Amino acid sequence: MKSLISIMGLNVSEIDSLMALADDIIARPESYQDAMRRKKLGSLFFEPSTRTRLSFEAAMLELGGQVLGFSEGMSSSAAKGESVADTIKTVSCYVDIIAMRHPKEGAPLVAANNATVPVINAGDGGHNHPTQTLADLFTIHREKGRLDNLTVGVCGDLKFGRTVHSLLEAMSRYAGLRFVLISPEELKVPSYVKQHLKHNAIPYDQTESLAEALPELDILYMTRVQKERFFNEADYIRLKDSYILTPAKLENAKKDLAIMHPLPRVNEISVQIDKDPRAVYFKQVLNGKLMRMALILMLMEATK
Amino acid sequence: MNIDTIKNGIVIDHIKAGQGMRIYDFLNLGELDCVVALIKNASSSKTGKKDIIKVDRVLDIDLNVLGFIDPNITINIIKDGERVHKYHPELPEKMTNILRCNNPRCITTTEQELPHVFILTDREKDEYRCVYCESRAPALK
Repeated sequence: MKSLISIMGLNVSEIDSLMALADDIIARPESYQDAMRRKKLGSLFFEPSTRTRLSFEAAMLELGGQVLGFSEGMSSSAAKGESVADTIKTVSCYVDIIAMRHPKEGAPLVAANNATVPVINAGDGGHNHPTQTLADLFTIHREKGRLDNLTVGVCGDLKFGRTVHSLLEAMSRYAGLRFVLISPEELKVPSYVKQHLKHNAIPYDQTESLAEALPELDILYMTRVQKERFFNEADYIRLKDSYILTPAKLENAKKDLAIMHPLPRVNEISVQIDKDPRAVYFKQVLNGKLMRMALILMLMEATK
Repeated sequence: MNIDTIKNGIVIDHIKAGQGMRIYDFLNLGELDCVVALIKNASSSKTGKKDIIKVDRVLDIDLNVLGFIDPNITINIIKDGERVHKYHPELPEKMTNILRCNNPRCITTTEQELPHVFILTDREKDEYRCVYCESRAPALK
């Protein structure tokens, strides 16, 4: 029985299959509307999340399935001190597949080790969030028709931003890519991520200037400077406005640039850009739901 | 002292001078009721000084984990007073409950019953990472 804990738990061919399935869901939605009939998704969110939880729940509902669960740890028996292992063994008796978010890193692995149904990691602290990466990959696939031979800029909080680390790791398996890492000195990509790129012979440049990097990019992946990842509020306040994308900065960008963002956005992308056809971050949300539908189908198929 | 002073047991040789007590403590040798010798600052043709540990009992543990403390040590297995096997410890692929994860965000900090498992992720750099949170392993105390 297969679970998804980290994006690297899927090989390139499995990701290709998921994207092909999501493409087919777009082309023939009626063929999938009863695919999960009489099946239940356990939506176990030990910490609050709007986007990811609703995306999983919408995905299951669109497949004709049902959803039960909780949206914060305090409303589960975890508040009484129950272990993740015991919670999961119990919930496995009620549902057919589990999507789980937990504030502690590694909690979904503990869940997968104890579940009798597939477990999907819906985010574990600052560690992994594989379905966000699936949404990102599928968005690039939809916008560019490929995942290779692209110049991809990632901008903002590259030190703590788990979505960036996972995206770089996942994309490093494709050919002909070049990354441009755009961040202030304090929020540079950690050395282990750079080592991963070097190990896979992926060329990359580091710069502190978003404006200078923009003209060469096919993809611009913006990120939020997240307050909760800082230990010191003064550092957060000093750096949070470092990289804001504005219409003026976009003047020198390619006409077919795709601007992505894992959301939620604070102010790092001006709302004036939302109308620009190059802004694809709300399509990314839709793509996330489609890939979660594809993932549920794939994991449930594997349990047959 | 010669290794033939031991009948059935192990001699851990070429320990970096000063590290012997660490290995002694790590292996809980103070708990044993057999002959145990810790020799500090013995002369060494290779390094000048070294520590040696002799234990007159076959230990039921994977001594390869000692490679994480000191990769240059040699382990000699003694049987009937003779050395029957000599080897350098090879880093184990997996260590369970040898190290403790010190990442405050790791699930092992709140779920006390979980085993602390580390996987060898880079043999050249002796790098282990926590199986749960993937944090780099702390140094052995």
